Amino acid sequence: MSRIVDEFTKGLWKEIPPFRFVLGLCPVLAVTSSVSSALGLGCGVIFVLMVSNTLVSTFRHHIPSKIRVPVFIVIIASAVTIVELMMEAYFYSLYEVLGIWIPLIVVNCLILGRAEAFARKEAVHLAVADGLGMGIGFTTSLVVLASIREVIGAGTWFGLQVMPKAYLGFELFQRPPGAFICLGLMLAVINFISLKTEKKGAAC
Amino acid sequence: MADYLLMMVTAIFANNILLIRFLGLCPFVGVSTSLESALGMSAAALFVNVLASTISWNVYNFLLVPLELEYLRTVAFILVIASLVQLVEIILQKVAPALYRALGIYLPLITTNCMIFGVAVLNIQEKHSFMETIVYAFATAIGFSLALIILAAIRERFALGKVPAMMSGFPAALITAGLMALCFTGFMGLGQ
Repeated sequence: MSRIVDEFTKGLWKEIPPFRFVLGLCPVLAVTSSVSSALGLGCGVIFVLMVSNTLVSTFRHHIPSKIRVPVFIVIIASAVTIVELMMEAYFYSLYEVLGIWIPLIVVNCLILGRAEAFARKEAVHLAVADGLGMGIGFTTSLVVLASIREVIGAGTWFGLQVMPKAYLGFELFQRPPGAFICLGLMLAVINFISLKTEKKGAAC
Repeated sequence: MADYLLMMVTAIFANNILLIRFLGLCPFVGVSTSLESALGMSAAALFVNVLASTISWNVYNFLLVPLELEYLRTVAFILVIASLVQLVEIILQKVAPALYRALGIYLPLITTNCMIFGVAVLNIQEKHSFMETIVYAFATAIGFSLALIILAAIRERFALGKVPAMMSGFPAALITAGLMALCFTGFMGLGQ
């Protein structure tokens, strides 16, 4: 039981993607100009990660290791197609906003990385816990980054006005350069925190 | 002709695939530590991007559309790209060993590069014709190379200066990329 909890929680801080593992950066920068699109893509990633981890782990004894990568990719691509069709049917406005980024979940290194590094070696319940933890960690990072960009850039959060009406918005943060700078500063802050805590640990 | 030229300028500068559209960022940060590896990656990306876009365009328009299987686009494209990279690797090894040694390690990395897949999907979404597909794939790859090489050249200089511990590596690279993106937004309004 404690193993499941460990595998779940490591995705939330200790190995939180994309900060600890700098994998799958492209969507992180592209969809975080508003919180709602970040949350939408995050949910898609959680679903795909769960499906791929579960299937890869279930069939781990039957997939020949030589052709494992193509097999993983087909599993992931099928899950992504499900997400794409579901979003088009039930969340059309979100589908329009995310556009090309839904099919691009396929080439998100995070998902293939978890299949390759974790799910193909471990039992199903652990793989599910790992997928859920990593997915939630990824979504949290997306939402945090999107919140910073949306509040500073437009003065709104989830479409609600949070800054005073007179605030005009620092538009740079919603544009591509702001995405890079904002993510770079967040990584620096996380590095700063881990450097500090490591030093403290060494002192004790 | 003018249309193609306009399309190329737009794809290289105003809508730079890396800095403005955020496609293909993994090698952008990972490979840009030295100029030499940036050049190798650019050459491999240019080669595979044009080939993959051309083949996936044909697969979509002559195989998936007549069979009404458009929803299999994602699965079909990723398989095309993965097998194409393998094939290119085997052929290069046999036909041009020197080129293979130069591109060698970058080729497998390209399979999961979002730029290749993204450009193939964009060609379908924007309903490009066959010629436009080739020109677009070529131009995006040039834009990718341009940004990658500039960043690598800047990052080589970092080795000479003193970077604070918390900023070294990824944070510094990302902020540099941000400032580069700011320069590239200056091209907005140019082209389509």
